Amino acid sequence: MEDYNQPPADTLKDIKQLMERSSRFISLSGWSGIAAGVCALIAAFLVAQKAGCWRINECLLGRLTAGEEVLLQRDLYLIAILTFIAAFFSALFFTWLRSKKTKVPVWGIVARRLMWNVAIPLAAGAVFLYRLAELQQYELVAPGCLVFYGLALVNASRFTLIEIRYLGYAEILLGLINCWCIGYGLHFWAIGFGVLHIVYGAIMWWKYERKPGQL
Amino acid sequence: MKNPITGLNKIFESRIRLGVMSILMVNEEISFNDLKQMLEVTDGNLATHLVNLEENGFIKVHKGFIGRKTNTTYSITKPGEKAFTDHITALETMIRGVK
Repeated sequence: MEDYNQPPADTLKDIKQLMERSSRFISLSGWSGIAAGVCALIAAFLVAQKAGCWRINECLLGRLTAGEEVLLQRDLYLIAILTFIAAFFSALFFTWLRSKKTKVPVWGIVARRLMWNVAIPLAAGAVFLYRLAELQQYELVAPGCLVFYGLALVNASRFTLIEIRYLGYAEILLGLINCWCIGYGLHFWAIGFGVLHIVYGAIMWWKYERKPGQL
Repeated sequence: MKNPITGLNKIFESRIRLGVMSILMVNEEISFNDLKQMLEVTDGNLATHLVNLEENGFIKVHKGFIGRKTNTTYSITKPGEKAFTDHITALETMIRGVK
């Protein structure tokens, strides 16, 4: 253990691994992405059900603006909060499982750095969107979710698997397009938080976690 | 200090010292406990190596407090950075020499 008597190639490999493990949180599991995506799709389904959005003309979401649907509004907030909690903890669960394999503590210095850097754009976004909703600019809430979340991911990519940056770019792009497709917020939201997460999670699983011979 | 044949730095022959330097290269500042966790070593063992690195001027020690608990953090110095990169270059040269 004490002194190096191994080939230099192995020493370099050790150094590289140590640098990576000490600066990036590598335990983020692909399953976390898939789990968060599934939560989002369920939430989108519930919202569509609640607000009757299956046919464009019958959707109540458009009427939120008039301040008529106080109960609906309360339900929507409830769904939003529950979804966030469910997605967060299911994502955390799979990452915790993975961290046992990578032996990187879930609450080590790299994890703390990652959380902090995700939390800043997300918290700013949450306050901003809350205010938008208060001013009854509901049309911009879904695009806002996507843009702020995308920014959080791009910010996070410096502290975890670099590929998460592309997910971030995609979320931002989707959010910006959504700004000009008013009325389709729920669709964009479901694609961004549901489908993209699942696709990203599956790719990450394939790339980093798949055992040889699996699939 | 340097091995004249390979250019390797004797100080970095210890796995723990080399590990500390690798971590400090990519982290501006890091605490004793985080180092301990990442390198999976005991307090005493790590402390000895840290003193050695400090005496050689490769790392800087900052003593601080979080509440009443001491919080000692470490960062790399310019000479430390240079010594580490030279060591890596020497390792790479060796690999190329073998091939």
